[in-house]
Amino acid sequence: MLQMKTHYPDAHRVEPVNRHTLAVVVDNEPGVLARIAGLFSGRGYNIESLTVTETEHEAHISRITIVTTGTDSIIQQIKSQLERLVPVHRVVDLTMTGEAVERELCLVKVVGKGDHRVEAMRLASAFGARTLDATLTSFVYELTGTTDEVERFIKLMTAVGLVEVSRTGVAAMARGAEGIL
Amino acid sequence: MSETMTGAEMVIRALQDQGVEHVFGYPGGAVLPIYDALFHQENVRHVLVRHEQGAVHAAEGYARSSGKPGVVLVTSGPGATNAITGLADAMMDSIPLVCITGQVPTHLIGSDAFQECDTVGITRHCTKHNYLVKSIEDLPRILHEAFYVAQNGRPGPVVVDLPKDIQFKAGTYVRPTNNQHKTYRPTVKGDMDHIRAAIELMANAKRPVFYTGGGVINSGPHASALLRELVQLTGFPITSTLMGLGAYPASDKQWLGMLGMHGTYEANLAMHECDVMINIGARFDDRITGRLDAFSPYSKRIHVDIDPSSINKTVKVDIPIVGDCAHVLDDLVRLWRQGARQADKVELKEWWNKIEGWRARNCLAYKNSKETIKPQYAIQRLYELTKDRAPYVTTEVGQHQMWAAQYFKFEDPNHWMTSGGHGTMGYGLPAAVGAQLAHPDALVIDIAGEASIQMMLQEMSTALQYNLPIKVFILNNEYMGMVRQWQELLHGGRYSQSYSESLPDFVKLAEAYGGVGIRCDNPAELDAKIMEMITVNRPVIFDCIVDKTENCFPMIPSGKAHNEMLLNDYLGETGADIGSVIDEKGKMLV
Repeated sequence: MLQMKTHYPDAHRVEPVNRHTLAVVVDNEPGVLARIAGLFSGRGYNIESLTVTETEHEAHISRITIVTTGTDSIIQQIKSQLERLVPVHRVVDLTMTGEAVERELCLVKVVGKGDHRVEAMRLASAFGARTLDATLTSFVYELTGTTDEVERFIKLMTAVGLVEVSRTGVAAMARGAEGIL
Repeated sequence: MSETMTGAEMVIRALQDQGVEHVFGYPGGAVLPIYDALFHQENVRHVLVRHEQGAVHAAEGYARSSGKPGVVLVTSGPGATNAITGLADAMMDSIPLVCITGQVPTHLIGSDAFQECDTVGITRHCTKHNYLVKSIEDLPRILHEAFYVAQNGRPGPVVVDLPKDIQFKAGTYVRPTNNQHKTYRPTVKGDMDHIRAAIELMANAKRPVFYTGGGVINSGPHASALLRELVQLTGFPITSTLMGLGAYPASDKQWLGMLGMHGTYEANLAMHECDVMINIGARFDDRITGRLDAFSPYSKRIHVDIDPSSINKTVKVDIPIVGDCAHVLDDLVRLWRQGARQADKVELKEWWNKIEGWRARNCLAYKNSKETIKPQYAIQRLYELTKDRAPYVTTEVGQHQMWAAQYFKFEDPNHWMTSGGHGTMGYGLPAAVGAQLAHPDALVIDIAGEASIQMMLQEMSTALQYNLPIKVFILNNEYMGMVRQWQELLHGGRYSQSYSESLPDFVKLAEAYGGVGIRCDNPAELDAKIMEMITVNRPVIFDCIVDKTENCFPMIPSGKAHNEMLLNDYLGETGADIGSVIDEKGKMLV
């Protein structure tokens, strides 16, 4: 009996954890976000970011973009679990469908005088951030970019007087001519 | 086709249009309009329970024994929260239920009104889906949708939370249509390529085994018939989970008995050594698999399940087939016949020889006694004396439940109702009430323990009110037996709080309710007293005094594999300390 070979690999092997961006198309009915957020917390999955707004007003359909991390089997479970929720129309793993376009928007408030203020302006211009508000001692910048760009921008601004950050989380879409709806 | 009526009247009309005959419920302030509407008609019969949890379990027993959805009607606040345990139970065991809860009027929602609670918030995690009805226009659609969602795909409980003002409001009732739900359309037909691959794998198997579960029962009697056909065509051995008992007749020679933590030696070893596993409607529950990394290490696996999230959840499979058991079994039987397929006869014979060797261990053997009633003996006698009547059996949770699963042999589906996934003590008595209502002339037995029975004992009153001659057969060992067994195995025999102190006199208790009480503590009198219980056409509580120290074997200890089972004779007669059998990691598991 012990000489028989199992065809399964070592069960103890560590699977790599990857970051996936999921587009979830749902009926915009009361409680739908709680259902999805509750599924993640109840089953112990991660949410790195979550973006949601109604995208088709007549049909009351919302698109939820979730950035999550997990092993391949966890990601597959997340997708299956999402798909079995009654108000969920579709779940598309944008990470699997190829390089999706991912953007997030951040608002950054910087307060400072003298060199710090000048440096903040230089950095904002280097990143292509828009100035939304200015006083003699402060700026509010808007930057749209990938999560990495936004992270870098915020990190640099921290050194020159960053006092407040507001971020939207990721909005994403697959490249190419095909739509997911 | 449309008529104007109040929301409360719509509820009753929708139940009628959905073919509902029985509603299990308990009135209260927030559902008074619905109870008033009930009062004016006779098609839907209301069954008044004594506790809302009992209503849900009764609806589960009704659903599981009849194949129809169970319906529950409770009030807001405590009515809804009392129903939670039942809903969670139905969720875990995939039982189709529609539970209508009253709610405070819409303008009071969120104000901490009297008997207000966030019912949809609280039940979100223990229902398949739930609705808060906010306008009368939505009500007919939601009611019909609730029945659709509860029954289609993997069945489950659905809550409709209905504020009191909507119950009074007038609106247009719309009858149910055959239209599918706009988004929820589960796959029922399996992928043919995968089914063909499964046939190929089965035909080339050397050591195959069928492992079936509650999905076959949920799929309807036709699925069980097809399963029998496929098992007999292939000549493969078959085992089943707790929830799947009865899908395949226990008297057949290909039947190995239940598998898992308290499964038979032959079933668990067949699972351990098989080279092809055909899982039909089971979900690789931890009670089945034991230690995951040692679970069935040599097998290729086929998994038929209507719920895609069950596939590859804990156990990797080679051929997933998403679909309804009856549909997939139909394709499997057809393709197997068409190709006149046959697994290698010599290999199969050898496999069966091996299995017969395991079977010869007679793992369910126990040392009987002339002085005390052994619990196993009690179940065996109960089975032998009632089997001709094809009884419906429910259970509570614990040792008695496992002994019932091991020693009561089920020939047909829908005759066995037990709380599998959620493990709810108190399930059996109300479930028996539900099963008896669905089958008024049948023999319905709740196999119980003296601890479990006290959790929903008040439902005896329901049984009396509706003249339901259910038989509550208590294996009374004066302990929460399964807790005691685990304390013996894991905690050095320190029986912390597991002794059933101050037990009531169950005979007097039965009589106090207006039923019949019978006590037996003598093995020689057992048969006669069981016959007395069966013969009387009234609710009976049978207090069967059994051996206090008997443990439930075989047992796969936590954290162990199928081939590391403990057998009854492991202890010898002295009850040696076996605390060392389970390692530290295993002790953490449940």
